This record gives sequence, structure tokens and C-alpha cells, in this order.
Amino acid sequence: MTTLPQSTERKLGLVIDLDTCVGCHACVVSCKGWNTENYGAPLSDQDAYGGNPSGTFLNRVHSYEIQPEQGLAQTIHFPKSCLHCEDAPCVTVCPTGASYKRVEDGIVLVNESDCIGCGLCAWACPYGARELDQKEGVMKKCTLCVDRIYNNNLPEEDRVPACVRTCPAGARHFGDLGDPDSDVSRLVAERDGMDLMPEQGTKPVNKYLPPRPKDEEAIDVLAPFLEPVAEEPKGFLGWLDKTLEKL
Amino acid sequence: MHPAPSIIIFTVFSGLGFGLLTYLGFGKPDVSGFTAFVFFLIAYAMAVGGLIASTFHLGHPERALKAFTQWRSSWLSREGVLSVLALVIMGLYAIGVVFFDTRIAWLGILGGTLSLATVVATSMIYGQLKTVPRWNHWSTPILFVLYSLTGGAFFAGQVWLAKPLLLLLGIAQLLAWIFGDSLFRESGSTIETATGLGRIGKVRLFEGPHTGGNYLTREMIHIVGRKHAQKLRVIAIFALTIIPWIVLALLPFSHILAGIAAILHVIGALMARWLFFAQAEHTVGLYYGAR
Repeated sequence: MTTLPQSTERKLGLVIDLDTCVGCHACVVSCKGWNTENYGAPLSDQDAYGGNPSGTFLNRVHSYEIQPEQGLAQTIHFPKSCLHCEDAPCVTVCPTGASYKRVEDGIVLVNESDCIGCGLCAWACPYGARELDQKEGVMKKCTLCVDRIYNNNLPEEDRVPACVRTCPAGARHFGDLGDPDSDVSRLVAERDGMDLMPEQGTKPVNKYLPPRPKDEEAIDVLAPFLEPVAEEPKGFLGWLDKTLEKL
Repeated sequence: MHPAPSIIIFTVFSGLGFGLLTYLGFGKPDVSGFTAFVFFLIAYAMAVGGLIASTFHLGHPERALKAFTQWRSSWLSREGVLSVLALVIMGLYAIGVVFFDTRIAWLGILGGTLSLATVVATSMIYGQLKTVPRWNHWSTPILFVLYSLTGGAFFAGQVWLAKPLLLLLGIAQLLAWIFGDSLFRESGSTIETATGLGRIGKVRLFEGPHTGGNYLTREMIHIVGRKHAQKLRVIAIFALTIIPWIVLALLPFSHILAGIAAILHVIGALMARWLFFAQAEHTVGLYYGAR
């Protein structure tokens, strides 16, 4: 059924720390690695070694430059995958019932054997979280590694999404955002976690932690040693400077 | 949005076909026998041909039957259900008109109404998408219905109705273009809200996630061809409404001229529908520093 559940028992999702992400793309690689050989159709590539490579990814890292009104610009690395929205527009537009949101944990999934590959769910998603696999002709999206998080064959520390497990900076956190006492919920509360494009009314479960404010005054221990020794040239150089100015 | 030929052909021709079926269902023109057969043949060729074209872009067309199941929530599913209902009921009605010279009025009115409802459902596939502010507007279903009724009037030979409808369609399309141009801005979505980083300052894409394109950029960030959009709008509006209206309203009536006007109208409709897709901007473009 492509009607959304009234509420879900849990709201599993990710919290992504934009202050900590170093933009290494390890989550992109581990996501592709895990998901191409597990749940559902593989994530195909087209022309992978040719002049115009392209492929299906469930997670991508963009980089943005932010220019504050005062001070220097900042670079922010910005990983983006399915936000497992509470009001997921991708689910309700599906004509076949292939897209659904699970009542037990809120994960948005695609039943690939029901998907006709019409692409309308990708059109309905404001975030670009869904990609139609060009080889399989079915819609692919983040499953929150549903085949890892409940998988008793894996050691306990591996029962988290592949992107979370691999992140070397600890910028990705996984948990139940429906439980106000969970680690992720407390993180969101402490760090003023935010929704992406709230005006779209999708109520994303995944939250982003904004970069912490920069220090007001940069403390730089080395800079004083690098101060210019002579601002104004003196002696022979001063004479040369003045003479050349006059020419 | 990527203006896929299959989708343009589907929306334009199924719109025309169902428009013609609407008129036939309401007994305009009130024909029977072989003449009726030809009218129904043209209507079915356009409506069914359009629907078949729409399956060309599917990844798995063999599973298309599953698309009839989710009519409670999905406009695409509703469109499928309504189109089949309309085609079946109009088919029964056509059998009476063509072979038995009996017009079952209530059946025709029901089939005609379902035909028009199919066009509304088609328009809502696009109109429902908040992600494409240009489409997410009440003018989208009105435009689709006007396109369908105007083209349908042409093919049904209802010149008295085609004349005012051509003017109405022209004005509606011009207004939709003019006001549609600012809908994305008015939606409030910017690269700042998309990244949530507007609280720090002005945001711009520093580096994309990859050097090549992907499904999203090809499907939803279509920039090629937009630079000629204004010229195309002018050509489209002349072909769609102005020249056909001059032919029908000002020149002495002839079947050949009316036929040329109808063909021009369809070409104009195809151009306008190309612009409908090519000029539509999706919010995902914000993440890629492009719209």
C-alpha cells in the first residue's frame, strides 16, 4: 500500500554532523560496496572506464562554500541520502505499491519486484534521494542498510548502516529519532539539528547538525613570527623605490 | 525536467484523444454508422497510442498492470484506472452508435465525463509535485483540460466551440507562462534551505559529488534548449492558437484549411508541452548548483 502509516513505532534514521564531516567520500564507497552485493538489484555503472562514467549511488557527498556576512568563507562537506521522511511524497505517488514506509521502524523501501520503473517517485523527492538503476530499470534508494541493522550473523558493532560503520570522522550517527532519550535525539537537541527544505513539508527523519560557529577572533600562535619585518623599504631599497616611483 | 519524447507524445495525444471522446460521448457531432466509426477510430488511435507511448519510458513495462492497484493514493494509478474505464465504456457506447444506430445517451455522458476525468488525472500527476513549483499550481489541470477540449473540438468538427476555446487556451497558456516563471522563487526553496546552511551565510556549490552526470542531473536538471525558450513560446502560441483562430474565424471555411489549422494546432501543442517539461525546474537542482 502506498498510503503512509499514521505513525511508526520507531523512527530509525541518521544524524549527520556537518561540523565533523571531512568530505572523504568513504561513506559513498562503503554504501555502494555493501548495497551492490546485498539487498535487491546491484547498483550498476555505465561506461565505468570510458569517457563519460555514470552510475547508481544511494549516497553522495556534495561540497558547498558558505560566505558569511563578515569573515572568511567556509567549506562544508555535505553527504546526502534518503531522509526517510515521515510524510514521504515518494511513497504516495507510486502507482504500483512498490514504494512503502515500514510501520515498525519508519524505513522507506522499494519492493523491486513490483517497481515498473516509471520514475515518478524520484520526481516527487525534493532531495534527489532516489535513482533509477539504468541496467535493472528499477528504483534504488537508501535502505538504511536494513539487511545489516537486524542481521544477527554480523558482529554487534557492524549492525549499523555501512556509511555509519565506515565514517572515519564519526560524522554519521544511527539511531531511533522517535525516542527522545536516544543518543541521536539528544545529539539533535544539543546541537540544534535541522531539517533540509522544511518548506517542502516532508518532515524528514534524518537530521543534520549545523557546523559549530567559528571562534570570533582567530588565535594563531605562529602568525606573529611571520609579520613583515619592514613595511616601508629603507636605505638603498628606499631610494630605489622612490626613484622608480618618479620615473 | 527532461522533456522525454515518449511523455510529450503521451500527454498531447492522449489529451487530444480523450478530448475527442468527450465530445463523442456528449453526442457532438451526433454521427452514426461509418462516419462514427472513423471518429471513434481517430479518438482511440490518439488516446490508446498516447497511453502506449507512455509505457516506453518504463523500466519494466511488463509489470504495468500493477499500476492499477494504488488508485487510493496515486494520481498515476488513478489515471490508469480512469483511462481504462473511459475506453471500455466509450467502446460499448461506440458499438451502439456505429453498428446499431442507437445512442445510449447516459452511457455516452458517463464515458465522456470519464474521458475528461482521465485528462484531469494526467494533469495531476504533474500538478501534485511540490518539487516542481511551476507545475504545482491550480492552473496545471485547467490548462490540460483546455488543451484537451480545444484539440477535441477541432477533431470533432465543432468549429463554433473551437473558436472561443482557441482564444481562451491562448490567454490561459500565456498567463501560465508569465506567472509560472516566478513560481520557483515564490516557493521559497533555495540552496540555503536545501542545505540548511543559510543560517551561516550565502551558499554556493563548491564541488559536485562527482565529475560526470547522473540519473538525477539528466532527468531533472534539463538546461539545454532553454535559451531559446522565449522564441519557442512565441512560435508555439502562433501555431497553437493565433493562426488556427484566424483560419477558423476570419477566413472562408474550407475543410483543407481547417485540416491545416488542426495540424498546426497539434504542432503548437507539442511545442508547448516540450516547454512545459524543459522549463520546469526541480528542487534537486539546488543541490547541484543549477536549476
